[in-house]
Amino acid sequence: MMDNENKDKRIPLLIADHLIYEYEGGADRVRALDDVSFKIEKGEFIGLIGHTGSGKSTLAEHLNALLTPKSGTIYFNGESIFEKKYDRKRYRGHVGLVFQYPEHQLFADTVFEDVCYGPLNNGVSRKQAELTAYETIKKVGLSDECFYQSPFDLSGGQKRRAAIAGVLAMKPELLVLDEPTAGLDPAGREELLHMISGLKDEKSMSIVLISHSMEDVARYADRIMVMDKGKKVFDAEPIEVFSHAKELEEMGLAVPAVTSVMLKLKEKGFDVNTGILNVKDAADEIMRVLGDKA
Amino acid sequence: MDIVEINSLTFDYIRRDEEGNVEGITTAVDDLTLSVKPGEFIAVLGHNGSGKSTMARHINAMLMPTEGNVLVKGMNTRNSEKHLDIRKCAGMVFQNPDNQIVGQLVEEDVAFGPENLGVPADEIRARVDESLKAVGMYAYRKNDPVKLSGGQKQRVSIAGVTAMHPDCIIFDEPTAMLDPAGRKDVIETAKKLNREGITIILITHYMEEVTGADRVIVMNKGKAVMEGTPKEIFSRVPELKALRLTVPQVTELAWELKQRGLDIPAGILTEAELIAAIRGNARNDG
Amino acid sequence: MIRDITLGKYYNADSPVHRLDPRTKLIITFAYLISLFIYKSPAVYICAFIFLLSATLVSKVPFKYILKGLKPVWFILIFTSLMNLFFTGGEPVFSWWRINISREGIERTGLMLSRFMLMIFGSNLMTLTTTPTRLTSALESLMKPLKVIHFPVHEIAMMMSIALRFIPILVDETNKIMKAQLSRGADFESGNIFRKVKSLVPVLVPLFISAFRRAGDLAMAMEARCYHGGEGRTQMNPLRYARRDGAAFAVFIFYIITIVFWGSLIPRITG
Repeated sequence: MMDNENKDKRIPLLIADHLIYEYEGGADRVRALDDVSFKIEKGEFIGLIGHTGSGKSTLAEHLNALLTPKSGTIYFNGESIFEKKYDRKRYRGHVGLVFQYPEHQLFADTVFEDVCYGPLNNGVSRKQAELTAYETIKKVGLSDECFYQSPFDLSGGQKRRAAIAGVLAMKPELLVLDEPTAGLDPAGREELLHMISGLKDEKSMSIVLISHSMEDVARYADRIMVMDKGKKVFDAEPIEVFSHAKELEEMGLAVPAVTSVMLKLKEKGFDVNTGILNVKDAADEIMRVLGDKA
Repeated sequence: MDIVEINSLTFDYIRRDEEGNVEGITTAVDDLTLSVKPGEFIAVLGHNGSGKSTMARHINAMLMPTEGNVLVKGMNTRNSEKHLDIRKCAGMVFQNPDNQIVGQLVEEDVAFGPENLGVPADEIRARVDESLKAVGMYAYRKNDPVKLSGGQKQRVSIAGVTAMHPDCIIFDEPTAMLDPAGRKDVIETAKKLNREGITIILITHYMEEVTGADRVIVMNKGKAVMEGTPKEIFSRVPELKALRLTVPQVTELAWELKQRGLDIPAGILTEAELIAAIRGNARNDG
Repeated sequence: MIRDITLGKYYNADSPVHRLDPRTKLIITFAYLISLFIYKSPAVYICAFIFLLSATLVSKVPFKYILKGLKPVWFILIFTSLMNLFFTGGEPVFSWWRINISREGIERTGLMLSRFMLMIFGSNLMTLTTTPTRLTSALESLMKPLKVIHFPVHEIAMMMSIALRFIPILVDETNKIMKAQLSRGADFESGNIFRKVKSLVPVLVPLFISAFRRAGDLAMAMEARCYHGGEGRTQMNPLRYARRDGAAFAVFIFYIITIVFWGSLIPRITG
């Protein structure tokens, strides 16, 4: 396709170039990011996985220019964001970061006012900010009654949506979410992830989803990056990444449960395709193999 | 005698406006009856707002029933003179790892419960050491809790409860804020304590965590809508999905294969069971 | 952004001073501070210095930790010294332009500085060798007599120890909220004072809400663990005076006798 040809020549939305970050941890220095490089294209949905302390959250804060690397840099649309004269305040509007438990940053009297905070900080006119806020609150699936409610009167799941709306209202081109489903119940998790993946499709926003759930990442991401001890160890399509079940296990991670079942079946001598990430495909594949045998 | 007896418990949350007028009443628990035998491991499932935590807080005498009664070891929670005895007998571990640690050192925190009960100093020391060893946190006894991981903090909280020598521990979504490793640690610890004879009531919304329970209760809108062994509960996939609870992938795959005509037993919980069942089918076919 | 706030600046070591009963240390420090106010004499301050120096050597706390105590007050110290130096009248020793420095001024400044430093170093040594928990139990134990007049001794001690436990958590939380608002385009640095204060509202509101939520959670958790005030409560590590406390008091009494002797013998220098 035409589009694909052009894609190669275009600069990626964001390039992380040999990022190294260290911090003081008791007596010695801890390397939280160890030579991490990658690219993010427009409209990509990336899953970022790794166990606690692997450097995922540190990386997220670099993407938002909240931490400065010891060496290396990040290029956004071709410009290095850690240059002295680069406008990082403005940049934070282009790359939104949703922290863990983002509802803890809600502060205003009404949900509407809270969502306006970001755009107003970015120098958008009051009218424009309100318009954006209105759209965004709708987008995250909050009902009209929520608009003028205090954010503190909302339910847990609604609060989280309101907080995410606060970041989305800045119209970021890249949205980084640090475990956005932590603490939600299963239905809340699913609805939220569905909403997030909708953003990618509608607005061609790039998304980085940090998660502990392999199932979620397998389901939504186009590409998965795996972090371990500050290093990026894998960066590929989900099927490819989850074919490294042994290595992932050594890092304290797992493959999605269905993938694990397929791998075990293969071990037992079944001729199954192990590159399977969801229940329906797994059922199809098992039926096929059993059918062949019959 | 049952250790916990809940007889037609109803609890209404009354919301009031600024002047104190009643704005609305939400029935969080609706005519619930449940009894727990000593040594049982009970899991209570349900999505947020299903009333599971409200129910749990009644067992610890933190909330008083609007209607009905809650008896712990025969003591009615309505009798405020018995509250200390009830709380000593039925301890509770909460959701947020940071907000339930009182002490500035791990061992000081574990000592907090026994200190409140007026246990003599030497015995507190013995109980603290024994409890910390039981949850595998003895090596951290002199540490500052702030620097521990979420799973470690929860284990300290569990030790804090076991040091009171309870008969029963209620876990109120203890893993909701933890990473997978921490979740596993906490659930393993709960199972271990159960093997040692402590009754466990585990409130959670993670289906994976209930597979080891003796009995699972599913709550919705304040009522117990399903009850049975994990196998029984997990064989009712469509019902669970209707209650907006996600079924573990392995169980869902087993169910899906069964729908497609394979001979798979109902309520498969583990990978090993599923693989054995699939192999069984392969042999029959071949 | 707020970093590395350490309130309990305990220096971990095993020394006779560390092992003293916290009540002993509290009483001695208190009496020592009073002793510095009774006499304004170089001889007494030299005695106090020797006493403090020996205590520090025994405590194994490096001197630089003790000196760190000056950090928050150095500006006030220099300012008051200069005021004393320039504005004390008397026999001039040095004068240039309109500045006159008198003998009395030098003496007064010297005495004031010595007293201040001895005070700061002394109280510093106590906090460096005593954990906040032990200090709180010492306060609780020493204030016990006040219970007679219904003073809430136990409650205050419990509040102090909970505050100490939650300060690092809240500092951490403040950092997180500031970062979250920064990423929503907040600006905490530019503008005049009013703008700066206003820009902190989105940090302070969530912080207060979180503090209240935590307080509610903690109260429930404490109640669930049978907390019902100080009545009938025991302690895992009850405070017990040991022989070394007797020795410490003996040394201290010797110090008091010495300064009373010197303070009365040498004519008091009044500034």
